[in-house]
Amino acid sequence: MGTIWVHAEAAGDQVASTTLELLAKARTLSESVECVYGGDASGIAAQLGAHGATAVHATGDLGGALQGPSVAAAMAGAIAGGASPDAVLFGTTYDGRDVAGRLSVKLDAPVVTNVVDFDGDFVGIEPVFGGTINVKTANTSGKPKILLVRPKSFEAAESGGAPASISPLAVPDLGAAGAARVVDSFVEESEGPKLDEASIVVSGGRGLGESDKYAMVEQLASRLGAAAGASRAIVDAGWVPYSYQVGQTGKVVKPDVYIAAGISGATQHLVGMKGSKTIIAINKDPEAPIFGVADLGIVGDVHKVLPQLLEALGAAD
Amino acid sequence: MNVAVCVKQIPDPADPGAIDPETKTLKRDVKLILDESDSYGVEMALQLVDAAGGGEVTLVSMAPNNEVNGLRTALAMGADKAILVSDDALAGSDALGTAKILAAAIARANPDLVLAATESSDGYTGTVPEQIAELMGLPSVTFAKEITVADGAVSVKRQTEAGFDQVECPLPAVVSVTAGVVEPRYPSFKGIMAAKSKPVEELGCADLGVDAGAVGWAGAGQDIVAIEEADARQAGEVIEDDGEAYQRVVGFLQELKVI
Repeated sequence: MGTIWVHAEAAGDQVASTTLELLAKARTLSESVECVYGGDASGIAAQLGAHGATAVHATGDLGGALQGPSVAAAMAGAIAGGASPDAVLFGTTYDGRDVAGRLSVKLDAPVVTNVVDFDGDFVGIEPVFGGTINVKTANTSGKPKILLVRPKSFEAAESGGAPASISPLAVPDLGAAGAARVVDSFVEESEGPKLDEASIVVSGGRGLGESDKYAMVEQLASRLGAAAGASRAIVDAGWVPYSYQVGQTGKVVKPDVYIAAGISGATQHLVGMKGSKTIIAINKDPEAPIFGVADLGIVGDVHKVLPQLLEALGAAD
Repeated sequence: MNVAVCVKQIPDPADPGAIDPETKTLKRDVKLILDESDSYGVEMALQLVDAAGGGEVTLVSMAPNNEVNGLRTALAMGADKAILVSDDALAGSDALGTAKILAAAIARANPDLVLAATESSDGYTGTVPEQIAELMGLPSVTFAKEITVADGAVSVKRQTEAGFDQVECPLPAVVSVTAGVVEPRYPSFKGIMAAKSKPVEELGCADLGVDAGAVGWAGAGQDIVAIEEADARQAGEVIEDDGEAYQRVVGFLQELKVI
C-alpha cells in the first residue's frame, strides 16, 4: 500500500471531526498518510500528526478563495509533478464535495460517493434504499481512487504521532474558475449542543401538524440537554432552518439517543439517523417505517404524548 | 439574463426503488418525474430572470428513452425551452460522465448563469454541479441559501457548518441551490397548456460531440462489484398509547441514564 491522502478541513485551529475519522481509517491501511489542506496549517499540524498524518501539504491562506478550485488544482498539480497517492479521501462536506468534484475532472477519474466503509483496494461500500442494501463499487480507472466518505463512518483515534511536517503546496493559476470570493462569514448562534455532535437528539416532523407545535420538540430537547433536529419535510415547509435537517441531505447524526416525534421514517430521513444507538419514536401511524428501526415505538398522537412527557419530566418553558 | 437549469427526471421516490440485477444500477424504465430538488432551481431561475428584466430559462436534462414528462412540469412552471440528451450509450453513466454531457448541452444555451440542485434525490452524489463548472472553466458556488444577481455578478449566502458565508462571484458561473431557497410555484392550467408546445431539443452523444467511450458504462471507470443485503436493524418494542405510554418513555430514558 502506498500513500493515502486525506483532505483536511478545520475551523480555526480545530480540525474537523470528519478529517480525524478519515485519518484513523487511513492509518489502518497505510503507514504513509498525508493531509492536503487549503489554508495555513501551522495551527493544526500537531493535531493532524497526533491522529496519524506524517505530513500536511498546505496551500497557505487562500485569501477568501473557495477550496473547490484551489485545492483541486493544487492536488492535480502535485500529482502531475510526480506525487502518486493510491487514494484521496474526502469527508462528505460542503467543501469536500467541491474539491473531490473538481479533482475528478482534472484527473478524469471517477468519484465514489456516500461511502461508509472501504477495504485495502478502496472498494467503497454505499448503503442505498434506506440502508437495506449495500452497493460495492470499485474504481477501475487506474487513476488515484477518489472517495467521498459519509461523516461518522469511522471513529477518530489518536496514534500519538509527532506534529505533521508542513510542506507548501502551490496553487496554480486558476483563471476564471477561481473567481469566487468569500467576503464575510456568519456564525449562526444556536443554544445547546451541536446537532451532529450531541449525544441526545430530539427531532420533529410533519406529524406535529403546524410550525408552532415544533416548540414542544425544542422544549424536550432543552429539558434533556439535547440538540433539536428536523425532517426534510418541515425544513422544506419553512418551520425551521436547513441547519436543523437530519437526513440524506442534511446532517448525519449518531447520538446515543434519538427521539423522533411525528416523523414517518422516509428513507431520506432514516439515512441520517439509523446509526443512532437507541431510537425512540412517536407516530400515530402504526405502519410508519420509523417503527422498523425504533427500539421503543409509541403508536400515538404526539399532541398528547409530548405534553405528557414534558410535564412528567418537569420541563421548564 | 439567460439562465440554464439542470434538471433530473427520476423514478417517483414514493415508489419503492429497484436495482436491476443485470446492470446493478437503479431501474429507470418506469415513468420519470421532475426531481423535487430541481423545482427550487427552476423557480430561482424564473425569479432571477424576472428581476433582471428579461431573458430565457433553458432546462437541460439527461434522461433515458427520450423522457420529457419531468421537463413538461418545469416548462409548465414557466421555463422557456429545454435541451434533452438521450442516448443508449449513456446508460450506466456515473457523475463525471453525466457532468460531461450536461456541460456540453449547457454550452449550446450559452447562459450567464447555470443553476442546479445540490444533489439529486435518487443518486445524491452531490458532485455534478462542481464537475460541470470545472469542465466549463467556470467559477461556482454550491449550497446557496440565497442568491441575488447585480452588475454581472452573483451574490450568494453559502451554507457552512457554522452558519453561512457571503460569497461574491462574477458571471458566468454555476450555482447549486439548497431546498427551501425559494418557494416553487405550482404550474397554472395556462402554464400546463403552454408547456405542450414549448421547444424541447433532443440530442444524442454525437450531436454534442461527446465521445461515447467517455460516458456511460464505457467511460465510467468504475465497476459495481456487488449488491448485498445489509444487516437490518431490529425493531424493538412497539406499544399503542393508552394514555399512559409516556410513562414507558420516561422509564426508558431512566434506564438509558438520560434522566
